[in-house]
Amino acid sequence: MPAAAPGVPPQPGRPASVPDAPARRTAFAEGVDRVRAAATTEPGRLRIIGAVLALLVVAFGASAAWQADARSAAAHDVLHRSQPLSSGAADIYRSLADANTAASSGFLAGGQETPQSRTRYENDISTAAKGLVTAAANAEPGSASEATIAKLNGLLPEYKGLVERARTYNRQGYPVGGAYLRYANEKMQQEMLPAAEDLYTTENARLDADYGDATPYPWLAIGLGVLALAGLGWAQHRTYRRTNRVLNHGLVAASAATTVALLWLVVGHAVARAELNGSYDHGIRSLTVLHDARIASLKARGNENLSLVARGADTLTVDGQQYDTYYYDFDKDMASLGKGLTRAAQLADDQGGSAPVKTAESNMAVWKQRHGAVRDDDENGNYQQALDKVIGAKGTTGECFDGVDTSLARAIDHEQGEFQRAATDGQDALTPLSAGAAVLALIGAAGAVAGIGRRLSEYR
Amino acid sequence: MYASRVRAALRGWGGVGAMAVLCALALGFVLLLPCTQRAPQRAQPGGPSVAHGIQARAGSCEDSGAQDQTLSPSGADGPTIDAIKARTGERRKLIVGVDQNSYRWGYRNPNTEGAELEGFDIDLVHRIAQDILGDPDAVQFKAIPTNQRISAIQDGRVDMVVRTMTITCERLGQVAFSAPYFKTGQQVLAPKSSSITGYNSSLAHKRVCTASGSTAYTKLTDDRKSGALPASTDISATVPNQLDCLVRLQLGEADAVVTDGALAASQAAQDPTVELKGAPFTTEYYGVAMKKDAVDLVRRVNRVLVDYRANGWQNSYDTWLSATLGKDSTASKPPAPRYLRTG
Repeated sequence: MPAAAPGVPPQPGRPASVPDAPARRTAFAEGVDRVRAAATTEPGRLRIIGAVLALLVVAFGASAAWQADARSAAAHDVLHRSQPLSSGAADIYRSLADANTAASSGFLAGGQETPQSRTRYENDISTAAKGLVTAAANAEPGSASEATIAKLNGLLPEYKGLVERARTYNRQGYPVGGAYLRYANEKMQQEMLPAAEDLYTTENARLDADYGDATPYPWLAIGLGVLALAGLGWAQHRTYRRTNRVLNHGLVAASAATTVALLWLVVGHAVARAELNGSYDHGIRSLTVLHDARIASLKARGNENLSLVARGADTLTVDGQQYDTYYYDFDKDMASLGKGLTRAAQLADDQGGSAPVKTAESNMAVWKQRHGAVRDDDENGNYQQALDKVIGAKGTTGECFDGVDTSLARAIDHEQGEFQRAATDGQDALTPLSAGAAVLALIGAAGAVAGIGRRLSEYR
Repeated sequence: MYASRVRAALRGWGGVGAMAVLCALALGFVLLLPCTQRAPQRAQPGGPSVAHGIQARAGSCEDSGAQDQTLSPSGADGPTIDAIKARTGERRKLIVGVDQNSYRWGYRNPNTEGAELEGFDIDLVHRIAQDILGDPDAVQFKAIPTNQRISAIQDGRVDMVVRTMTITCERLGQVAFSAPYFKTGQQVLAPKSSSITGYNSSLAHKRVCTASGSTAYTKLTDDRKSGALPASTDISATVPNQLDCLVRLQLGEADAVVTDGALAASQAAQDPTVELKGAPFTTEYYGVAMKKDAVDLVRRVNRVLVDYRANGWQNSYDTWLSATLGKDSTASKPPAPRYLRTG
């Protein structure tokens, strides 16, 4: 770098000390010698100082622009790419679980299946299919996500085929229809939902990575900024000592521009960080918990339905105790729903977030209570009563499930809004920073060069 | 010192001796069989033959004769029947464990009002309820999974189980059975177009589906070991319920199903493209299972069965089973009952 010092110095003052007589040496060594020679004269020193100052300021501006741009891009990704993809993956996951639940509800109703339940199932399937297309478009070729999406794409029509067969046989009154539905459910619970969960986890990891890129302080730029300011200060002090002039306009302008840029950089980042971290803590974390709770409630509902479809055809033994597989799973899902809601209530930081969670909690309590009655009826052979309490007209567990589901959907909407607002604020704080820092640094560099040039001209 | 030496000696020879005594008793019992048969209806409770009977049964039960280990019929009420009759109001019902998924045996038809249970087993239940409580509909059905049939009886959750339940010696140690009401055997089910001809070498290189923990699975495992079944037969496909095998079969994930002929027939009834292949390769009998000490109830059910075999059984067979098991019911008819349990 020192080799870039302007002009070779065949200057007045003293004759050039190096007659280029001796044997040839490397260009670098010659350059060093020249600079060393230049440094022995004041104009030479001034040139070097000017060059170093301009370089420092430009380096500061470049790194500030670059680092701010990287963070702003990451914040943009959080807002417009990884979060939508994460919530898209959550949508796939949810709509698959929802489809499974709707299929079992429709099956239970048999020939009396309502158009709503049929529509819900069809919508879920098409939401999942669309979601998979979006996810596929955003997956890196050869990545694990791509393999997962391909797997889900294959399983979806297979699942749908099984459900349709189940429906057909059920309408004909053949119990093998129930066996088909249980098989479809097994496919969903053991292959599709875990794959969808994988996808969701991967997308969440990408989101976390984008957050990780958006939030750290730009230490390099800040360090260079401080260094540039110190350099400018020292240069001004040196000028003052030598000339007794207090102000050098160029250097003062350079210092002012650099100071503004540095302050902007620090404050802008602090604000962006605060907003982004807030969007994570109040948005993303709540969203994850709420999504999980919603899926737990969907699974619980599916298992409740399936216990009536299976009618004791599937049991499992845990610690020597025998359980109906679906009732056993129902209890597990309800427990994780309960835990999820408690956690969501802790995370909710305002009325808009906590009210729907409270509603969901109270719905869940009623659901548990009604489910107990369903189980009693079922075990006592009152199948029709049990069925009426699950998918009937009034006072059903279905109402409770719907209550939980819509409340959670509301809570998710709210948290999504919270996230959107905070993350947008964060991104807004970062966006102009890059261009601003670049312009200010150019001004600063120009000021430094002009200031030093002014002094230099006094030697002509 | 001396006593303990005697005990040690006994430990060595006592078992052998006891076995010898049991063998002798069993032999004596077998020899006595014709005599007890001569007066089956009037078997007097008590008397020396009782002691013989009980001891011999414990040591001599063979699955081929398990269906005979039941009590002679009687219409007399006893403590169990009194307790059932003492139920009042809504609860004056016979509590019966049944299946809800066996087509034509016990299943809920979703297309009937209230999704009523119907089938061959269910007909019999109504008949028993008619006899005990005077009302065929005084029944509370409980859906019992296959592997809970015995515990449901032992815990008293049900009065009886009528659920395509095979009479075996092992189960006789845990519950009491009525006389047999249906004869069946393990059978092979495969698509009509399949090259499988029955339980034989045509199963080589085929995937056979069975319910996990079922008699069929045990039999297949044993036969493959002994060589009766080709070693290349793949029996790894097991499912929670025999009906799931039909799903696997239709999806091409299995080539054949092995299960009770009666249940295989119930599967064939749901899919016209599959059929029973070959004759049953075992003989089994279905019985009504009750609590071990419910002597009066067992005798009562046996009396109901005497009537039922004469009047009702054939009707029920024609309604539910003739379509898949054939018009001729001879192969499914239970044998003339022998009431060899006396205590």
